[in-house]
Amino acid sequence: MVNTATHEATARPRPADAASLAAWTIAAQVVDPEIPVLTIEDLGVLRSVSVASDAVAVTLTPTYSGCPAMDAMRDDVLGVLTAAGYQNVSIRLVLSPAWTTDWMSEIGKAKLREYGIAAPTGHATVRGSGPVGPISLKMAVKCPRCSSLNTRELAHFGSTSCKSLYECRDCLEPFDYFKVL
Amino acid sequence: MTDAVNKDSIEVDAHGHVAVDVTTLDAELIEGPSVATPDVAEYALWLGDDSLVLAQQLGAWISRAPELEEDVALGNVGLDLIGHARSLLHYAGTATDRTEDDLAYWRTEPDFRSLHIVEQPNGDFAHTIARQFIVSHYLFELHSRLRASADATLAAIAAKAVKEVDYHRDHSTQWVLRLAQGTDESRRRMITALSDLWPYVEEIFRDDPLIDRLEGIAVRPSSLRPAFDAAIAPVLAEAELEIPRGFVASGGGRTGKHSEHLAFLLAEMQVLTRAHPGASW
Repeated sequence: MVNTATHEATARPRPADAASLAAWTIAAQVVDPEIPVLTIEDLGVLRSVSVASDAVAVTLTPTYSGCPAMDAMRDDVLGVLTAAGYQNVSIRLVLSPAWTTDWMSEIGKAKLREYGIAAPTGHATVRGSGPVGPISLKMAVKCPRCSSLNTRELAHFGSTSCKSLYECRDCLEPFDYFKVL
Repeated sequence: MTDAVNKDSIEVDAHGHVAVDVTTLDAELIEGPSVATPDVAEYALWLGDDSLVLAQQLGAWISRAPELEEDVALGNVGLDLIGHARSLLHYAGTATDRTEDDLAYWRTEPDFRSLHIVEQPNGDFAHTIARQFIVSHYLFELHSRLRASADATLAAIAAKAVKEVDYHRDHSTQWVLRLAQGTDESRRRMITALSDLWPYVEEIFRDDPLIDRLEGIAVRPSSLRPAFDAAIAPVLAEAELEIPRGFVASGGGRTGKHSEHLAFLLAEMQVLTRAHPGASW
């Protein structure tokens, strides 16, 4: 259904030239301060890196419009590139194309589960305008601790913008779910 | 357009100013204007002020909601709205060389362009839910269409916002149903709240003259009304709530005429910045 190679190129548009790729690889090590197992590359937040003579231009995209972690990620990208010897670093935040959980890497999802957060299930769709039914049909979210599918949403909104709060009905533990956007 | 970040400017950023540059990644995609025209800036101010004022209201619920999950939910909804407000006010400010913080903290209420519904008091939880229900459904229809704006910057902001607002309208919809179908007391409060907020619906869909000058860029508010009505009707039907009849509030937010509520809200929001300009922590 989804062409994996094309999808990866969209989610992680690694530069073709060696100099830019070297800088990309360094920037790609920066992690989300709220979910430190995920790198900005895993998330799909790192959108481009290009090196021209001594200048590095990086673009990042926010996960959620108001996500405060964005500022930290931007400062950390600046930090690692400066530490690696790049002198002239510029960072832009871009909103378009809008970030989606579809860009999260499979490795990232596996790390997320191991960390105790259920990874997004299914693909992002924005419902059309017009009547909304009161009950939206969702795919079951698997408990990251016991893998049970017998779980329920406790709250739409969780500890950060990107998560909602779930409860496992088998192991009875609450857990965070990285919701589809 | 490029937000050049170096060691000197980090400190500036730590003061709360973050430039959100709206651009696109690939040459084949449209690059948004970096400076808004005066009319586009005014429109961005309208939408940005709606989000900012509503976000400020929702923040007041943190630690006061009926349950912990709602502290978190209303805080998160407010955070998303702050994000939209920052992008919109940043863009609005490009026309007059002002930052998003200049616009948020250094204007007084006649210069605010927000709708009256967003400045209505939080009231009890049902009032906040009724306000969220109305505004989230409106914002969803608005951003759905603004994605196709001829202004690429507004389109980019809307494309991001619509996905977040989708969660907000779902949240308020579920609460409308729960309160209306809950206890006699929760139902009574939901009915009261809806009838208190409904007079402010009319203003949302009014076409001010600015809209005529922004054909293809702005979304004509009156054009959203059928979709708004169609979206809320089944929810109200299931909740066995009737659309309140009665008076229509005068409105005037888009021309800077506000109720007494906005001044108090702004005083609280702006006091720290005005007492200690440039403060950071």
